[in-house]
Amino acid sequence: MTQTPTPTGGVTRHRGSPSRDSIVPEAEFDSYYGRPVVKAAPWEHDIAYYLFTGGVAAGSALLGAGADLSGRPALRRVARLGSLGSLLLSVLFLVRDLGKPSRFLNMLRVAKLTSPMSVGTWILSLHGPFAGLAAAAEVVGMLPRSWQRGPLSLALRLQTPAGVIGALTAPPVAAYTAVLLADTATPAWHSAYRELPFVFCGSAAAASGGLGMVGAPAAEAGPARAFAVGGAVTELLAEHRMEQSMGLAAETLHEGRAGAWMRASKALTVAGAAGALFGRRSRAVSVASGLALMAGSFCTRMGVFEAGMASARDPKYTVVPQRERVQRGEPVRYEAPA
Amino acid sequence: MSLRDSLKDAGASWRETFGTSLFGPLDPARDAGYDDPPKRKGFFTDTSVCIGCKACEVACKEWNDVPENLFEMLGTSYDNSHSLNANQWRHVAFVERPAPQAPPVDLGMPTVGAEPSDVPSEDKPDFQWLMSSDVCKHCTHAACLDVCPTGSLFRSEFGTVVVQDEICNGCGYCVAACPYGVIDRRKGPEGDPKVGIAQKCTLCYDRLTDGQTPACAKACPTESIQYGDVEELRQRADERVATLHERGIMDARLYGNDPEDGVGGTGAFFLLLDEPEVYGLPPDPVVTTKDLPAMFNRAGAAALALLAGAAISFLGRDR
Repeated sequence: MTQTPTPTGGVTRHRGSPSRDSIVPEAEFDSYYGRPVVKAAPWEHDIAYYLFTGGVAAGSALLGAGADLSGRPALRRVARLGSLGSLLLSVLFLVRDLGKPSRFLNMLRVAKLTSPMSVGTWILSLHGPFAGLAAAAEVVGMLPRSWQRGPLSLALRLQTPAGVIGALTAPPVAAYTAVLLADTATPAWHSAYRELPFVFCGSAAAASGGLGMVGAPAAEAGPARAFAVGGAVTELLAEHRMEQSMGLAAETLHEGRAGAWMRASKALTVAGAAGALFGRRSRAVSVASGLALMAGSFCTRMGVFEAGMASARDPKYTVVPQRERVQRGEPVRYEAPA
Repeated sequence: MSLRDSLKDAGASWRETFGTSLFGPLDPARDAGYDDPPKRKGFFTDTSVCIGCKACEVACKEWNDVPENLFEMLGTSYDNSHSLNANQWRHVAFVERPAPQAPPVDLGMPTVGAEPSDVPSEDKPDFQWLMSSDVCKHCTHAACLDVCPTGSLFRSEFGTVVVQDEICNGCGYCVAACPYGVIDRRKGPEGDPKVGIAQKCTLCYDRLTDGQTPACAKACPTESIQYGDVEELRQRADERVATLHERGIMDARLYGNDPEDGVGGTGAFFLLLDEPEVYGLPPDPVVTTKDLPAMFNRAGAAALALLAGAAISFLGRDR
């Protein structure tokens, strides 16, 4: 929406953005010169990238431990290396997006349950070392045998328990990012809080399963394929439901850049899941499907990120639902416990 | 059990477990752990007597050493400071709207000098100004403070919400969490030591600890900005609205004074002459952390589903 002030200034009566369905009447509301009410998060795309790499890290830690316990060395290798690589990228993205990167350790001053970012920091601090140790063991195993001594051999001995702890602490890594976004005044993120954790966990499974399909031979990739398809289906269903329950802000998932990302996400996820189901015997199809699933997950994260930004920049998504609550005589009020 | 009930239960169990309330009326300083805090301090901004002089903006910048915001003509009436942000802790909004044909009203202002106007009403301007000095609301349940991961944002003994500059690492979470769009990360000017960290009104914490009135309230020439104990200010606001209603100004309404509203009432609240959104304020703001227990419950369920999904992917297959 343009934010052109009217010449006489003051109350700007808006026509809402063109609706997808022209039968739906456009929202009309007052604003102060069309300026946003809430502020968009001052985050660069780094945070959207982190949503993706965090999901890949979490899902890969799960696959790595499963592959380790079930004797699938090739799948174990790609999953563990994927886990380590995406963890390192995650930390890079997170620190780079701070206003004062030199103070990133201040995150560890306190543990605050009311702050999903604090909770997430501690979850990552718990998960990272164990997943990292399991991945380090994988790297050590690739070294010449004569180098595998001293502390390096310790990593080899601890790899299975470390991997299991890494796997048990992985699901919160994938899920908390949904709370991180939802616990804001950003309309498209907060209104999605019921389904967003399922979208993100599904997306994490699809992406990490996709990575497994890319890196492991067909003979070992069965669990990765199942994980990926289950994740893709969960993501698509949860995303559909999310759009139903979000109210007005669901619009932002269909418009502009966010809309393009979400359309790409759906196409890639459906194609990747279909390829994973029906092309399992072909290595080429498996690799292509795995890449499509990873790309689909990336597009989901970008789409949700951009939708939130768009919903914060347009006062419509803040004002209209709140105004409607008030008009219905249902403003949010505290009800004393009976 | 219905979803609604289970969400309520989640809130109740959260309170029992963590001892802090996420919603509803309370004394924020006591809730934050102060044993015998001074009375809660705040602002009552009565926009019906604001004359748009911007003395509050200037006094705030001077006292708090807030750097330049922007030098631009925005073409939005007399508002060229745009919005509340890291470099603008008081912001005077100017709304021009068609004037309702109401008889002139005595606002109780001093009447020295000129006699009442004898200009015929058709010669008077056909628009009316609404002016309002906006500021951080110092919410009872402050989302910015709740979500701050470093503990930089804290609750002062006066019940206000303050950033500790030397602790903030500029994560920006508070910016997205504030339901009023008040707090922001400082972007410039280059070389300013606080670039990159979150900044907003402190209710002049330094002046309060010395028993002084905040700079903006001190500078306000019409007492549009009134500083004091929140409890007393709320009474004063009720009386003022009643007076205006008696004088036929039925548009007068209070904003943020209700301790049972979505943020537990604000420490800085307002008397407005139109709907809040006309001034750029949200009509029914809610602290996002009100739903946090439900959010964590949903995320917990999703995390368990992910774990189960991974296990199922490996179980029951030979290869």
